This record gives sequence, structure tokens and C-alpha cells, in this order.
Amino acid sequence: MEGSSEDVIRIERVSKVYQTGDIHVNALRSLSLTIRRGEFVAIMGPSGSGKSTLMNIIGCLDRPTRGKYYLENVDVSTMGKAQLADVRNKHVGFVFQSFNLVTRTSALENVELPMLYAGVSGAERHRRAREALATVGLSDRERNMPSQLSGGQQQRVALARALVNNPSIILADEPTGALDTRTSVEMMEIFQRLNHERKLTVIIVTHELDISLYAERVIQVRDGKIASDEHVSNRYVASEVLERLPVYAADLDETEETEKELS
Amino acid sequence: MNLWAILKIAIRALTRNKMRSALTMLGIIIGVGAVIAMVSIGQGAQSMIQTQINSMGSNMLFVVPGNVRANGVSQGLGAAATLTEDDVVAIEREVPTVLAASPSLRASAQLVFGNQNWNVQLVGANEKFPKIRNWPTVNGAFYTAADVRGAERVIVLGHTVAEKLFGTADPVGESIRVRNLSFRVIGVLETKGSTFGQDQDDTAVVPFTTVQKKLQARGTNSVGQAMISAVSPDATTLVQQQVEDLLRQRHRIVEGEPDDFTVRNLADVAAAGVQLTTIMTLLLGSIAGISLIVGGIGIMNIMLVSVTERTREIGIRMAVGARPSYIRLQFLTESVVLSLAGGALGMIGGGGAAAAIAWYLKWPSLVSGLAVAIAFGFSTGIGIFFGYYPAHKAAALDPIEALRYE
Repeated sequence: MEGSSEDVIRIERVSKVYQTGDIHVNALRSLSLTIRRGEFVAIMGPSGSGKSTLMNIIGCLDRPTRGKYYLENVDVSTMGKAQLADVRNKHVGFVFQSFNLVTRTSALENVELPMLYAGVSGAERHRRAREALATVGLSDRERNMPSQLSGGQQQRVALARALVNNPSIILADEPTGALDTRTSVEMMEIFQRLNHERKLTVIIVTHELDISLYAERVIQVRDGKIASDEHVSNRYVASEVLERLPVYAADLDETEETEKELS
Repeated sequence: MNLWAILKIAIRALTRNKMRSALTMLGIIIGVGAVIAMVSIGQGAQSMIQTQINSMGSNMLFVVPGNVRANGVSQGLGAAATLTEDDVVAIEREVPTVLAASPSLRASAQLVFGNQNWNVQLVGANEKFPKIRNWPTVNGAFYTAADVRGAERVIVLGHTVAEKLFGTADPVGESIRVRNLSFRVIGVLETKGSTFGQDQDDTAVVPFTTVQKKLQARGTNSVGQAMISAVSPDATTLVQQQVEDLLRQRHRIVEGEPDDFTVRNLADVAAAGVQLTTIMTLLLGSIAGISLIVGGIGIMNIMLVSVTERTREIGIRMAVGARPSYIRLQFLTESVVLSLAGGALGMIGGGGAAAAIAWYLKWPSLVSGLAVAIAFGFSTGIGIFFGYYPAHKAAALDPIEALRYE
């Protein structure tokens, strides 16, 4: 299999075996997958399908038991922990279902975090973090702590953090799992915009069919293998969906904040 | 990833749990404080002993009849009356490094003046006593060689004795009774202060011949001990050697036989005293050091709790690209900041305590640079040693597991 420079991700016959005592669990079975630069991919599958394992390997959080994984044409399947940390820092932007912001640390500092480990100087960190927060529309919340932000806002901070080191891929694990409908669509709008305007490669792992339809390609994982890999013919455009959504949902952010204050 | 950024994160993490950090630091504060206080007090005691021995005269030696080491059987010093007046004269005349020598007899006696009385250890010496002890009279004069030859009943009082018997009145020229004999007070010695808790001024000096002939029940020619002063403190070892050779020769002791006398060097006594306080200092310091270790265990404990609590944060940091070594460095920095801050505060506390104790005991206050360096070194070392395991534990976390941690 010959890869082109446009292949951001090239996975060749990757297997992952988990061993607990005498029991072997084959989470991935000789799975192969190529993702090109600028693609918007949704990875779907029921729990136990191996999609989380696949995500962990794509995100360089884990290594395959067998097979090769090339990220930006570099074999990362045999790298050590420190090297993988560097690869994550440089090439992977994570967005998690539960936001995973560092608590009691301002939005701005959360966004600065990846640059801290990349060795970017203080002033430059500051400038780029503010820029990334502006991209996701949170310029006015730089000083807020995560607990002072709504779910949607927290997820946007997480996205800004993912963007700030100009990664090769944005890897989002159930990014809308903890969000209401409108906020979810708003999130997808940002993903689609970044994918369109910056040619950013976006990979979303989800079990929601609705969300997968915002992607241009949907990969179904079952029993550690790819069950289907299809182009989305009737793709949702988030900005259009937003216009059709009922207006009353627009102030949900504030409602959430009120709830937080009450609790 | 620069150290300043790591330090900032560490300080913020510690200030987030102020109470917890303060209590953890307290262990180190007490440990370092105790070490500094103990070592300073020990060194103060040491320098005090040094000063006191110097005040007695570090160029002094004593010759004591008898030998503790004779054939392994202790005869007790002074058991044999082998030292004669001629020996003392010969020592001064024939050993060139000897400045002066005198017999030194002791007798206890009750001194009575009017309705006042005072018990004292009399010293019987020749007229060179002020020269040997470097101890002049401040009032009146010391007795002369003629007084010694004539075994005259003259007495020179120590400051304390003069005060007890005469109060503020001038004792010189007065007559006092010593064991029912009348003595004339001819001088008062300069104030010396106390050594090892013993008041040196609580004494009185009379001619040694007077002690031999008038105050001892059986009149003997024994001179008790001999006190010798060397020309300089450095010469004491040489003096000791030469006096030993001279006395062996005079006492006709053949090669291989043990001495029938012992020469004691005050410098040796000083060295023994210093050694004793060094051991004391070490002992106290190590006991205090134990509390420092206990403080270190406290740090380890709290860091382990902190690592568990912040598992998710560690996962996040790893996911966005923190190498395990950065995580380790960060937690290590936190424990070192804790222990160093505790060390600095402990130093202030311990130094203050040492100064207060020194002031109370009127010792020289010594918070040495060495103690400070040791305290700083130790607290950093403790931070690293006890912080390493928790930091290592944090660094070894699997990012996937850590991110999932609730």
C-alpha cells in the first residue's frame, strides 16, 4: 500500500489485543484505514465495537499490538511514551465528551496548556491562545474558570485548546454527548467551518447518527473491523440547521448558568 | 518547557489547598527548626567551653603523682606522694619551655572574719601563682618568695571569698581566722568568673609551705600536684614530653617501667570538652533530624493524595502533550517548593529559638552558615527524596486511564 503526502492517517492491518489474565480480547482485528488531509470523518459503532480503541490509537494515546500506523507519514506505532507525547502535542487536537478542562484554571490558561509543553514563550502563548478563543467566539470569557462557563462554552474552550498548536487532526470523542441539541449543532457548525475554511482534518467518534451526518464520510466499526466506509450523500450543513431550530433554545446557555449557580 | 512555568504551576497548585500545604510544611518547619536550634546550641556550648578553658589558661599543665595506667591497675591519681619540691624546682630550671612551675596543694578550711564565715578550698602555691595562672591581684599584693620560705600566715582571697567575708569593705590588711590560726589578708585576686559551672573566684591562695607546716595534720614534704605554665599554648605538648623525661630521670625509672606520675595538659582537657559537645551536638541534631524525616513522610503522604486527586488533570496534561518526565518534574517541584518553604520558615524559627536560648544562658549566639546550608540542603533533599515516589507514580499513569478517572 503506497501512501501519498495527502494521507494524514494511514493505518495498516492494525490489531489490538488486551490481555486480562488468561483472557485475550481482540479489540481491533487487522484494521486498515486511510484518512486524507481536509476530510471530515465520523467513526461510529456500538460499545464494544473497538471504536474507542481505534480512537486511542489514532490519537497516539495507545499503541497497536500489531500493524503499522503512519501519522503524517511517520511511523508512530513503535514510539515510546515521551515521543508519543510529543506527537500528540504537535499533531493531535483532542476534544472530549466531558470537556476535560483543568479545573480552577482560566479558559485562557487552559488553551495555553499545549503550547506550554511545546516550549512556546509566554507572550506568544498568550497571543495565540486569545486568537484561538476568538476563533470559537469566546473572546469575552478568557478570564473565566471552567465552572463559570456553560457546557457549550466549555466545549468551545476545549476546541480552542485543540486548535492552538495547529494540529494535523482534530480528534473529537463524542463531542456533543454532554450538550443539548442546539449547542450540539453550534459545535458542529464550528467543526464544519474549521474543516471548510482551514482544510482542517476532523475526526469525530460518535454513536449518534444525527451527528455523524454532519461529516462527509462515515466509517462503521464492528467487532474490531471496518463494517462500512461511506460517503455521506445528504450531508447536514450546521449553519442551515441552526436557522431552522426553534429560537427559544437560543438562551439555553444562560439557563444552564442559572442552574449552576443554584446548585 | 521552562522551569519558571513549572514553578508557577506548582505554586498555584499549592496555594489552592492553603491549609493542607501549611500543615504539610509544618512538619518540615519543625524539623528544620529543631535541627538548627540544636546545632546552634551545641556550637554555642562548644565555643563557651573553649572560651572558659582559654580563661583558665590554655598553656597550663599539671603534674599529678601516681599513674592511672600502672599495670592496668588504677591506683588513683595522687595516691602516691612521689612528687617533691625539688622536682618542681627542677622542672622550672631545666625545662626551657616552662615559664614557671609551682607546687599545688589543696586544703579545705573554714575562714572566719568577725561573725562571717565561709568554707573554701585553699590552694597552696609558691609566689609564681599569678604568673602561672595568669591571674593578678587587683587589690593589695601577692605574697613573696620570702613569705613562702618562712611559711608565713598570709592569704590572698578570691573575689567571691572577699565578698562573702567582707562585703564591700576592703579586706587587705585585715586578719582572718583559718582553722583557728590567724592569717593576714594581703591581696584580692582579679575576678575570673565560672568554668563548667564552678565559681573560680571561690578560692583563696596561701604559701604551699604554710599548708605543709601549719594546716596539714602530719607535716610532710609532699607538694601534692605541680602546676606548670608553658611559654605558649603551642609549647604544651613539648613541655609535657620534656617534663615526663625529666621526672623519669629524676625518679630513676628504668626503661619499660611505667611513670609514677601523670602529666595533664589543659589543651587535652579542652579537646575532650570540645569532643564531648561535638557528640552532644550530633546526638541532638540527629534526634531533630528524625523529625525532619517525619516531616518528609508527611510531604510524601500529601503528594500521593494530590496525585490521586488530580489524576484527571494529569491525564489532560498528558493528552495535550506533556511528557511523563514533565509530569514528574512538576510534582517534584511541588514537593521541593513545599519543603524549601518549610525549610526557610524553620530556619527563621530555629534561629530565633537558638538566639533566645543563647541570650537566656548568656552564651555566644551562633547560627552558623553551615547549619543554614545543611538545613537548606536537607529540606531540598527531603523534598526530592519523598516527592520522587508520588511524582513517579503520576508520571507512570496511563493517559487513557487517567482521562477516564472520576
